[in-house]
This record gives sequence, structure tokens and C-alpha cells, in this order.
Amino acid sequence: MPRTILEVKQKIEYLSILNDKAEVDKALEPKLTNEQLKHMYTYMLMARRADERFLNLQRQGRIGTFPQTTGHEAISMGASMALKKSDWHVPAYRELAGMLHRGWTLVDQLLLWAGYEQGQSPPNGVNDLPICVPIASQLLHAAGIGMAMNIKGDKHAVVTYLGDGATSEGDCHEAFNFAAVFKAPVVFVCNNNQWAISVPLSRQMGCETVAQKAIAYGMPGIRVDGNDVLAVYAAVHEAVERARAGGGPTLVECLTFRIVAHTTADDPKKYQKEETRKEWAAKEPLIRFAKYLRDKGILNDEVQKQIDAEIETTIRDAIAKMDEKIKTDELANPLYTFDYLYAEIPPFLQKQRDELAHYLGKDKESSSKQPNHAHAGSH
Amino acid sequence: MAEMNMAKAINKALYEAMERDSRVVVLGEDVGQDEGVFRVTEGLWAKFGDKRVMDTPLAEAGIVGTSIGMAIYGLRPVCEIQFAGFDYFAYHQLESHAARFRNRTRGRLSVPMVMRAPSGGGIRALEHHSESREGTYAHTPGLKVVIPSGPRNARALLHAAIQDPDPVIYYEPKALYRLFKEEVPDEIEVMPLGQAKVVQEGKGITLISYGACMRATLEAAEMLEEEDGVKPEIIDLLSIVPLDMDTVCKSVQKTGRAVVISEEPRYCSVASEVSSQLNDTVFLYLEAPVRRVTGFDTPIPFFSKEKYYIPDAERVLMACRETLSF
Repeated sequence: MPRTILEVKQKIEYLSILNDKAEVDKALEPKLTNEQLKHMYTYMLMARRADERFLNLQRQGRIGTFPQTTGHEAISMGASMALKKSDWHVPAYRELAGMLHRGWTLVDQLLLWAGYEQGQSPPNGVNDLPICVPIASQLLHAAGIGMAMNIKGDKHAVVTYLGDGATSEGDCHEAFNFAAVFKAPVVFVCNNNQWAISVPLSRQMGCETVAQKAIAYGMPGIRVDGNDVLAVYAAVHEAVERARAGGGPTLVECLTFRIVAHTTADDPKKYQKEETRKEWAAKEPLIRFAKYLRDKGILNDEVQKQIDAEIETTIRDAIAKMDEKIKTDELANPLYTFDYLYAEIPPFLQKQRDELAHYLGKDKESSSKQPNHAHAGSH
Repeated sequence: MAEMNMAKAINKALYEAMERDSRVVVLGEDVGQDEGVFRVTEGLWAKFGDKRVMDTPLAEAGIVGTSIGMAIYGLRPVCEIQFAGFDYFAYHQLESHAARFRNRTRGRLSVPMVMRAPSGGGIRALEHHSESREGTYAHTPGLKVVIPSGPRNARALLHAAIQDPDPVIYYEPKALYRLFKEEVPDEIEVMPLGQAKVVQEGKGITLISYGACMRATLEAAEMLEEEDGVKPEIIDLLSIVPLDMDTVCKSVQKTGRAVVISEEPRYCSVASEVSSQLNDTVFLYLEAPVRRVTGFDTPIPFFSKEKYYIPDAERVLMACRETLSF
């Protein structure tokens, strides 16, 4: 009858390994080889440079609206590094660095932003879903993939991403809950950049951290410095190991700040304070990571020069390849709009295809059909 | 051959599919130990266990969304939404993802899953338990929609739906679950999706329906033959998407008149689509306008008035007579 206290066992940790002054906590430093560290730096920088170049292309009208990822590189890079190839990666849409690491190419990204479905087709042997536009809806797919791994007895894990805005969506709640109830091997990586377009974090939630929400679902939760690639890697690595061992899901909140616009169609000056943005821009992940690598002797001016040249070539080649690809029949022919909706085109759709072919004066092509790709994945 | 009702026949199909294909899993609310609120999943949990027959949290988007993930990973999920009136909670997952994965990845990823749900009225249920919104799904590119009308075709169509490489909405007219029994063969039957069935050959008029409305349609046809001497041709659509308009058009070319009967709201309905396609295709054969006998464009009323909303034999008969005397 009396009012008593129910002790909730869980606590939320905060993890930072490499701070914004590039000081490293040696005790927490993850075991990554020099080669791995250089790889991480290269891919983060590639994502950064690509982002800048994509913006130019967008301004020139060569690609459409896209969400920038500058300042978010540490999150997907750290998280995806914790995965094996046989694990699954389910992005939201600011995970360019991680997607490149998983095997997607800049050509895929460019084709997507240029308005071609082909950019959403996972490369051969890559266990990834493509980016997901409807906020938080992909989290349920990740939970389902994790549940399926349990059903089949596969010791794999899934990493999926959400923004802070996504935590308001019903699908986010349902995904956390399903994953926790079924002990699905899923790591939910929250990119808390404190803004959902113009709406600040305070309008998304009444609590202090995203990580503490984990307590209510019965899963571990941790907040990490989202600009610290080592901390993200360490937290996700630990969560992935636990997931593989049957320990169920984890929520990893990566705290950062959106120092760029939401998309190329957005103007943050309307709602963000310039000062705050500048403060956070100084803490962005690449500055400190570069310094860390220099301190470790992995990076110097010469290596940097090589990396820059390599990235420049990759980006140039990707743009050239996009320009070339969009001229091919496979990408240019509007009749292929109909060919991938069902495994086999049903008669009513074939009629509509014929109708478009007739309108385009392509009647002869009306029966040609693109062969379906083989299915990706480990099944 | 064994005689069984439709609930049992669907149960039989689920059992058989799970037995022959270890990728088939069943999930939903109360589908496990309770064996489903309509007992459609009877015996499955006992036979196949927790891993393949999953009682889920009470969340429709969660059920459909995780089914999508499972299907992409290589399983064949058959999820149950307890009543079709609640499947809107999962609609965004079907529209935005189940229906689109193959298309958006140019065939690389696909979602072979089935969403089962008891649909339609006629069981004196409370609000939200009597809806027929197959038109919503038919209007959603990338889905297939199937609605059986009796035990034998229910089992054969469910096998086809489970084996189909694309997502299928399988609506079970709940009024038929225990309404009548039928002989169901011992060996597995698979009825291809996208094929309508001429259930009675006739002349002068074609009655086109599906699902629970087949009962009112058959009854009206009997009355029409007895009282007016007209033996109508009757078509059971079975598949709403893909829709077998060849069979429908062939019949109406012959009879010159058509009445389409369904339980849904009329605006943008399956009945409207059939009518519209008849006008596109066999306009010059028509002796009278194509008539739609459907629910009205209101929510289905609470059950004290549902009989005025759901087409009955008398309403179908009246429409037939008006069409014949046009």
C-alpha cells in the first residue's frame, strides 16, 4: 500500500575516447590496426569531399536534392567498421562514409541523387538495404532481419541508423520493442544531430538523452561523442559482439550537431544560431581524427597528399561514370519503369507499358524486358 | 477429400506450407498459443514452435515491418493482422516498402510475404471490425490482392500467395469462415493468382463479384432464374490484383450486360475499376450501363444497420432487373 521506490537497474554511460582537442584516452583506445585507421580516415574524407562536390553538382542542376553528410562521417564510419561482411547494414540517409566502406560506390550515390533507381540497388555481395527516406520505417526492417537471423540460427548482427527526429515516430518505438522482445541482434545507432530540418531536439523529446529510452525497452543504451569515430566504433563493436552472442539489441546514441543544411533545399540560417553552428563545426570529426593519426605517425603531409589525390580521382571517375551511365538504354529507357515492380510483369501492366511505348513511338521495344538481378544477401 | 469450412481450409494451407517449406513463418497477435482469434492458426504453434509461430507485440506496423525484413533476409513470412480494420496502422510499411523494394532496387531485393487479415462485415462485430478496403491495396502499385470465396479456393489461393515472389494481401471474408463446408482434396492444390472463375455459365447478363458477396450474388442468380427465367453468367474474381479482365470481358461481350457486386465503399472501388475497364474494352457490346452494387460511401454502419450497407440478394436482384429492362 505505501508508495515505494522501484529501482530500475540500468544506467546510461557516456563514452568519449578522442576529444575535440585530439587527446586520446589510452585505456579506452580500441584495437584497430594502422591500416584500418588509415582506411577509416580515407573513407570519412572521401565522404566529405564527395559531399562538397555533390553540392556543386546540385547547384549546377546535374543532380537533384540530396541530404548532406558533412560532420556526420564518424557515426557511420565507426559503426560500419564494427561489422563483418556477413552482417547487415540498414542506413537512414546520412551514412555515406559507412555505405562506401560497405561496398557502395559514389556512382551509386550519384545515380540516386540524379534520379535513377539503379543507385538504390545494393552492389553484388553487399548485405545492405539502400537508404530509406520515410523516417524510422527502416528500423523495423532491421528488427525483422535480426529476428530472421535468430530464426535461422545465424550468428550475424544488424546495424541500423536513425536520427533524433526519428525517435518521435511510432515505427521507432515498435522497432525498439520488437527487437528487445525477440532479442534480435540489432544495434540501433542514433545520429543525434539535434535538428530535424528546423525542429530542435527539445521539440522531439522531453527527456535528457536518446540513450535513456533504451532502459524502458529493456536493452542497454549508451551515449557517445558522435564526432569521435573511436568512441562510436568502440560502443558499436561492443554492442555487435553482445548481439552476436544472443544478448539482443543495443541503442547507441551518437551526439553531434548538424553543421550543414538538412538538404540542398534547406536554409538553416532561418532557425539555427550561427554561433552554435560555428562552435560545433570546430568539433567536427575529421580535424581531431587527422591530428590523432599524425600523432600516431600514420598520417603526414605526404600521405595526406596521396589520399587527396586518390579521393580526387575516385570522385572524378564517379562523375564521369554517372554521365556515361545515364546515357545508356538501361538507365534512359522509360519503358523499364514497368519491369521491376513484380517478378513477372502482369498483363495489365504490360498493357500500360505498351501504351507508353506507343506514345513514345517505341512499339517494337514494348515486349523487351530487363532481366532481374539475382537476389543479394546470405540466403 | 475431406469436408471443411473456410477457417479450417486456410489453417490447412498454413500447416501444409509450413511443413513443406522451412522458410515459412507465421506471426501476429494471438496466433500462437491462442491459435488466432478465429482459430485460423490452430495447431501451428504446437507443431512448429515459438521460432516459426510468433506471438508479437500489439503493433501492426511492427508486424508488417518486421515481416518485410524477414522476407528480405530469405524467409517467407505470413503475418496476420487480427482485423482488416486495423491494417491501416501498417499501410505505410506496405505502400512505402513491401510494394517498392523490388522496384527501387531494380530487382535486387524482394519482399515475398503475405499479409492475411479477416475482412468484411456480417458478424455483428463492433466498430473497426467489419471493413472492406481491398480497393486501397488494389490502388497501391506493387501489391497483389487476393480474396477467396470458399474453403477450396481459399486453401489453393493461400498456397499460391505464399509461393508468390511478391507481397500479397490475402483478405479472408470473415463472414464465410464457418458459413459452409466444402470438399477439399487431400493433395495440395495451387490456384494461380490473376485468374477469375466462371462459376456459372449463362446468358443475358453477367454478375461479377468476389469474397463474401458471392453468397448474395449466387442467391440473387437463383431468384433471377426462378422468377424471371434468366440464367445469369456468374464470375468470381478471386484475384483483385492482378485482375482477370479477359475472363470478365469475354463474358460481357457475350451477355451485353453486367452487374458488379462488392461490399466496399463505391468511390474508387474494385467495382468501379471493373466497370471502368468494361467501358474501355467492350463498350460497343453493352446493352445497358454497367451497374455497381456496393457498400455506400460512408463508414460501414454499426452492426444494427450493417445489413442495409452490405449488398444482399434482394439488392442484387433489383439491380439485375433494372439492367435487364434498361
